[in-house]
Amino acid sequence: MTKEVMQLDRVVIRFAGDSGDGMQLTGDRFTAETAVFGNDVSTLPNFPAEIRAPAGTLPGVSSFQVHFANYDILTSGDRPDVLVAMNPAALKANLADLRPGTTIIVDTHDFSPRNLQRAEYTSNPLEDDSLQSYHVHPVDLTQLTVDAVRQAAEGPDSAGEVGRKDAARAKNMFALGLVSWLFHRPTESTLEYLTAKFGDRPALLAANLAAFKAGWNYGETTEDFAVRYEVKPAALRPGAYRNISGNLALAYGLIAAGERSGLPLFLGSYPITPASDVLHELARQKAFNVYTVQAEDEIAGIGAALGAAFGGALAVTTTSGPGLALKSETIGLGVALELPLLVCDVQRGGPSTGLPTKTEQADLLQAMFGRNGEAPVPVVAPRSPADCFDTALEAARIALTYRTPVILLSDGALANGSEPWRIPDVESLPDLRPEFATGPNGDDGGFLPYLRDPETLARPWAVPGTPGLEHRIGGIEKADRTGEVSYDPDNHDRMVRLRQAKVDGIAGSLSPVEVDDPSGQARVLVLGWGSTYGPIGAACRRVRGEGLDIAQAHLRHLNPFPPGLGEVLHHYDRVVVPEMNLGQLALLLRARFLVDVYGYHKVRGMPFQAEELADLLKGVITGG
Amino acid sequence: MVDLVDDPSAEGFRSVFGVPRVEGTLRARDFKSDQEVRWCPGCGDYAILAAVQGFLPELGVRRENIVFISGIGCSSRFPYYLNTYGMHSIHGRAPAIATGLATTRPDLSVWVATGDGDALSIGGNHLIHSLRRNVNLKILLFNNRIYGLTKGQYSPTSEVGKITKSSPFGSVDEPFDPLSLALGAGATFVARTIDSDRKHLTSVLRAAAAHRGTALVEIYQNCNIFNDGAFDLLKEPGVRGESVIRLEHGQPLRFGTDGRLVVLRDLATGELRVVEGVPDDDPAIVVHDAYQADPTYAFGLSRLGVGDLRYTPIGVLRSVSRPVYDDEVRAQIARATQHRPGDLGTLLRGKDTWTVPA
Repeated sequence: MTKEVMQLDRVVIRFAGDSGDGMQLTGDRFTAETAVFGNDVSTLPNFPAEIRAPAGTLPGVSSFQVHFANYDILTSGDRPDVLVAMNPAALKANLADLRPGTTIIVDTHDFSPRNLQRAEYTSNPLEDDSLQSYHVHPVDLTQLTVDAVRQAAEGPDSAGEVGRKDAARAKNMFALGLVSWLFHRPTESTLEYLTAKFGDRPALLAANLAAFKAGWNYGETTEDFAVRYEVKPAALRPGAYRNISGNLALAYGLIAAGERSGLPLFLGSYPITPASDVLHELARQKAFNVYTVQAEDEIAGIGAALGAAFGGALAVTTTSGPGLALKSETIGLGVALELPLLVCDVQRGGPSTGLPTKTEQADLLQAMFGRNGEAPVPVVAPRSPADCFDTALEAARIALTYRTPVILLSDGALANGSEPWRIPDVESLPDLRPEFATGPNGDDGGFLPYLRDPETLARPWAVPGTPGLEHRIGGIEKADRTGEVSYDPDNHDRMVRLRQAKVDGIAGSLSPVEVDDPSGQARVLVLGWGSTYGPIGAACRRVRGEGLDIAQAHLRHLNPFPPGLGEVLHHYDRVVVPEMNLGQLALLLRARFLVDVYGYHKVRGMPFQAEELADLLKGVITGG
Repeated sequence: MVDLVDDPSAEGFRSVFGVPRVEGTLRARDFKSDQEVRWCPGCGDYAILAAVQGFLPELGVRRENIVFISGIGCSSRFPYYLNTYGMHSIHGRAPAIATGLATTRPDLSVWVATGDGDALSIGGNHLIHSLRRNVNLKILLFNNRIYGLTKGQYSPTSEVGKITKSSPFGSVDEPFDPLSLALGAGATFVARTIDSDRKHLTSVLRAAAAHRGTALVEIYQNCNIFNDGAFDLLKEPGVRGESVIRLEHGQPLRFGTDGRLVVLRDLATGELRVVEGVPDDDPAIVVHDAYQADPTYAFGLSRLGVGDLRYTPIGVLRSVSRPVYDDEVRAQIARATQHRPGDLGTLLRGKDTWTVPA
């Protein structure tokens, strides 16, 4: 039977199920198929903090959204075009995000009175009229999967029986097969993946392959699915691509910084969501001369890193907001010692434990000011998952050049989200080799550990083992040049200003802020930082698509700000700053540039939607 | 030199195997920095500093390859007065900082100077974890049983009932015994000595330096301003012989005037007790063995002086060999880099790539 094929520019699919249903894996595999096919793609996993919340309940729902298109896209999509719901709770939890006409593929197997009650349904939505405005495909995925697996086990190539429970667990592969068919995805990468994953368990491999193929064939043969869709590859910049998540890109950026600096990479870290994957990845990559110490706590993690920095390593600690709070005192010590140190904060919802698996941008002021005394620290933030790689290299450049702790602010959406990444040529990466002190620098032949480079104001990095440069450093205020303990009031005033001037001076090494204002006619500027780049950019496209003018700028450097920012802000009539906090960048901009910033704030643990930002910007432009 | 690290039978200062040797000989004065020493006159820290400066030349390694890291407190000023590399860090964190340094730099001899407040109160977590990991650190814990730098509050080793500014009605806190704590944390080397006994102090430093792994050396140190005379029972000529149990490997634990006191093991419970008038051939008399794999005996020793210091063992309570954290970390990296050194281009490309043609 030949099915009608409909061409689409872009599609958003959301896979939703119980946290034990394997929805993250399903989404990952679909993303890999889509990336290999050549679409641009952007993803957003969303899962509960509990590893296994009670089955079938609303808090236990885990989902994975993937947005793909035949052009370059900026976000994981506002609202799904297709929802795959594996149980009543998954249907209920996601229904509010759907527009009328959305396709829903729903596993009917678990729509028993008991499960409906668990999902807080009073009547069966498949039987009442509540889904009338959607395009619903009710499929007993579980039973079809079990039947397919049983059939495979009875066939000539049988690898043996698997129990009903294991058979039913393969239902996510049935769903993946069906959706892969629906969107013409290439299946080789999934087949290879399953073969590698279950290679040593033939029965399970057979079950998963059978389920996947059965899902594909189900789409092919049943009349329920009359139309298939096609999304042509995107015209991306030529080059080799791979799909990458923010945490992986961050880990690779750190490894690259180690390689390009010629220093051993040292990570001192304590497990914390959503940053732990960086620790996991670096722990695997010992062949790159990477040291990882899983410390007893957050403080020891950064302490060990600072010790390694003293010894001449490229030292890193990774954490999330609560951990950053615990590291404050050691960051202050790093400011006083003037040693290179990278502090990567993968932000999550706060305060306190907050929302460990959800995203937020509310650690900016903590990064800026969360220390005792005048303790300036450079702050940088990546704008997309792949940009975590470049931002890690930039953070390393600043730390090594200026001998200072640097805070990198990623967030949960970047960490777990993914996008295609144009793989860089290693030789094109910046040269980060530092200069170590090798001999005396004083007029009298002595060593002055706090004699500064006149250009960068950085002090010498003299590592233990260097003869003749034995010196003591510490957290007590040090005398200018000599580094000796000093309680002198004038000296303290001078040192406080020198440390500030050093950080301020980093701006001299930065490119001026770039503004995207295609018509040159815009009177409104939208300014963001971090992971809001995607939705802000997508919103700007929509606004421009409607014939309105909007200028966009996005900050990677939050301390110091890039040159020219003040002029840019004053050039526009209105400056709009959307943030996933209550206005932290806005506060800094107002204080620094005396500019009236129009803030737009949301702290729902989820990224902005392009649609809401477009509405916001249109309103500001038209004076609404 | 590095090969010696893997040879458990190698003799000498095993903690500095892999550290470059000095040409010629250093002297104590080579380890004096140009900084004026600013402890209170009469402080026990002076004696410890002199003993350490006197001992360091014995190590036979280059001065620039020795690092002292400290936390906060009177004892933590120690690095300023030694002409080595040094870091005066923040309260309690020295073992963590030293762990990062020691892990990445096998060519350094890394020492930690700390106090009872620094190591046992605010930094207790880092202390126990460095001990359980067995990082190659020499930790000198100056125990004066008081907070000195903050002017005289009770510390985690102060005795119950102690009257201080922050305990005007007497402290109700039960103190730690640092050595019991260390043994509970899996310490491989535990020793105690006294600031005023230069010879004994030096012998303990020597034993600590011979140990590869974390060596915890508790030094009873007099704070003559806020807790003067805290250890007089162990120092005064008339009484010390009756209180101090000098531990020497292979020797029976007999002490006191004419050896009238012995440490006896209760053969039923294993408990150690000090008893008078026991004949030499009593099989229950304890013969010191610092190398016992099981820490029970060392723990029993550590409990003897608890409370009133009345019978206090000094010397090496325990010295056993166990894999060393930083050696193991480096071995994993060495295996990985030798097996197949990382290629950045290959890593970045990964397995699932596709090409967008020009």
